[in-house]
Amino acid sequence: MTTPQDSPAGKHAAPETTQTSPVVPPARNGSGGPPLVRLVNAGKRYGAVIALHDITMEVSAGEVTCVLGDNGAGKSTLIKIIAGLHQPSSGTYEVEGTPVAFDSPRQALEHGIATVYQDLAVVPLMPVWRNFFLGNEVRKGPRMDIPAMKKMCKDELLAMGIDLRDVDQPIGTLSGGERQCVAISRAVHFGAKVLILDEPTAALGVKQSGVVLKYIVQARERGLGVIFITHNPHHAYPVGDRFLLLNRGASIGNYEKNQVTRDELTGLMAGGTELEQLSHELESAGGAVADLGRSMEADVEELGISQQPTTTTESDAR
Amino acid sequence: MAQTAEAPVTPPPTRDERVGRKSTLGRLLARPEAGAIAGAIVIYLFFFIIAPPFRNASSFSNTLYVTSTYGLMATPVALLMIGGEFDLSAGVAVTSSALCASLFSYEFTTNAWVGVLVALALSLLIGFINGWVVVKTGIPSFLVTLGTFFMLQGLNLALTQTITNQVASPDISTLDGFGSAQKVFASSFTVGGVNIRITVIYWIVFVIIATWILLRTRFGNWIFAVGGSPVSARAVGVPVARMKIGLFMAVGFMAWFTGMHTLFQFNTIQSGQGVGNEFVYIIAAVVGGCLLTGGYGSAVGAAIGALIFGMVNQGIIYAGWNPYWFTFFVGALLLGAILLNTYIRRRAEASV
Repeated sequence: MTTPQDSPAGKHAAPETTQTSPVVPPARNGSGGPPLVRLVNAGKRYGAVIALHDITMEVSAGEVTCVLGDNGAGKSTLIKIIAGLHQPSSGTYEVEGTPVAFDSPRQALEHGIATVYQDLAVVPLMPVWRNFFLGNEVRKGPRMDIPAMKKMCKDELLAMGIDLRDVDQPIGTLSGGERQCVAISRAVHFGAKVLILDEPTAALGVKQSGVVLKYIVQARERGLGVIFITHNPHHAYPVGDRFLLLNRGASIGNYEKNQVTRDELTGLMAGGTELEQLSHELESAGGAVADLGRSMEADVEELGISQQPTTTTESDAR
Repeated sequence: MAQTAEAPVTPPPTRDERVGRKSTLGRLLARPEAGAIAGAIVIYLFFFIIAPPFRNASSFSNTLYVTSTYGLMATPVALLMIGGEFDLSAGVAVTSSALCASLFSYEFTTNAWVGVLVALALSLLIGFINGWVVVKTGIPSFLVTLGTFFMLQGLNLALTQTITNQVASPDISTLDGFGSAQKVFASSFTVGGVNIRITVIYWIVFVIIATWILLRTRFGNWIFAVGGSPVSARAVGVPVARMKIGLFMAVGFMAWFTGMHTLFQFNTIQSGQGVGNEFVYIIAAVVGGCLLTGGYGSAVGAAIGALIFGMVNQGIIYAGWNPYWFTFFVGALLLGAILLNTYIRRRAEASV
């Protein structure tokens, strides 16, 4: 897996790995085993385009790792690698300490890594229970064991705190948040150890997002590892144990919760330096636009994110 | 965190209320075949009142026979539509199959059953080709099967002309095995003085099988899924391509079955017949609640759709009207059914 060309990249990230890995696995993981999923110095090239560069991250059982980044930061490439859709072009991918190379999402699924995509993989016109068991129907001879499936579906949803009186209703009649939760509990039911949630709150209102965040916490309490992809630090911070920040395909920070505050996270997400640059550009444009630039500059200062290299943020947090 | 913990506590009671409110009339209306059943009752009563000959049992048995010849094909066509695809070649494929059986066994002077089996192979192959091209190219099945529709129509006419120098296949009633094949595909029996054609029984049996598959088996689940959202179905491991090809082949199988009935009923086949019937099958499926966009519908609905078609078809004759009115009625029924279906679908898909 490790090719000669990525060895310089390896040097870069080496300190970061040694910094985080000794601290965390024993902290939550009862057995003290290796993390469920670990990427070390992983990168992805599409021809000449470097979509992802030198990413190191991990998630252990009973832990939520948030991956934050703006559009085009490399979040989807990262998910595709973990979900088995792509293989990393450099670096290593380990599942429970063993290096793996997945050819398909099905292989990842067999290792207990389930992805809940934004579009959810549900069929809106089909009843909840049919969606729940789609592709994994419980059978009794040639036919499906419908009463058993309905009951299992209801119970599993109840275990996640979703009280549906009627699992026969089309899943399209559920709210966006509820649909997300059905998709999550489906993945849990079929033996997922690691859940990858791709922007589960992106299309949801405040209240619905709250519902989904609650289920993320519940999945964590049930001992699953969760990789929560989002561009919203306000959603990530309350539920996350670790935070990986991506920008333009590279990591701009990898923190544990006690190393970073919500405001710092927000600042990093907004990209302090870039915002500052933008405010200068706007100011030089003059007129009303310049006013906007000035108020933006004030915001940047208020957040305390101007020109801070990531390392300072880390030490400040302690 | 306190807020996020509180929020989900509220939804369950309100949702339960809504379920309760919907469960009475709403759930009944939500069945795909609800509109068709209501329509069938209205049309039955209508002709029962205005057309006295429609009332007696033998003419109803006749209506059922006409219905069954369309209903047999409407069943797999409905499954295919639920699976998200069309088959415009279904009408002429029936004729192709019958011509194949007839010409093969006549020209090679084989047992009639040999021709029957060759025709089965051909029909399954036509279904496979339709499905395979649709799945491999991603071209809408409307266009692919429009192509095969015209190709088969041309082949039916041209090959029959070339082989027999006529527009119809030769009479095969003198061949070995004709009698037994006729017993299987085109016999009838009498119950309480009323003559019942065997196709009516086959039709009912196939509808029951199709309904069982749709609602009780994994394949049924997958048919709904590939029609409702192929991308989602693939994501959870449903073999979408194989399912679709299989559904096209089911249409092929039933085209063969219907073709064999026609052949052994009339001993000879007109090479130009069957054109236009594909629309009848689709209309029956749509009137019965199938969505053109796939993912929703029922085999029972398609059967009732075919029954409506058969009742209007025969009712107009029994009422002594000009038969030209028939197509007008069918068109009006289709339009009404589509409006109803669209309304139901909006209800089903609307977020709470």
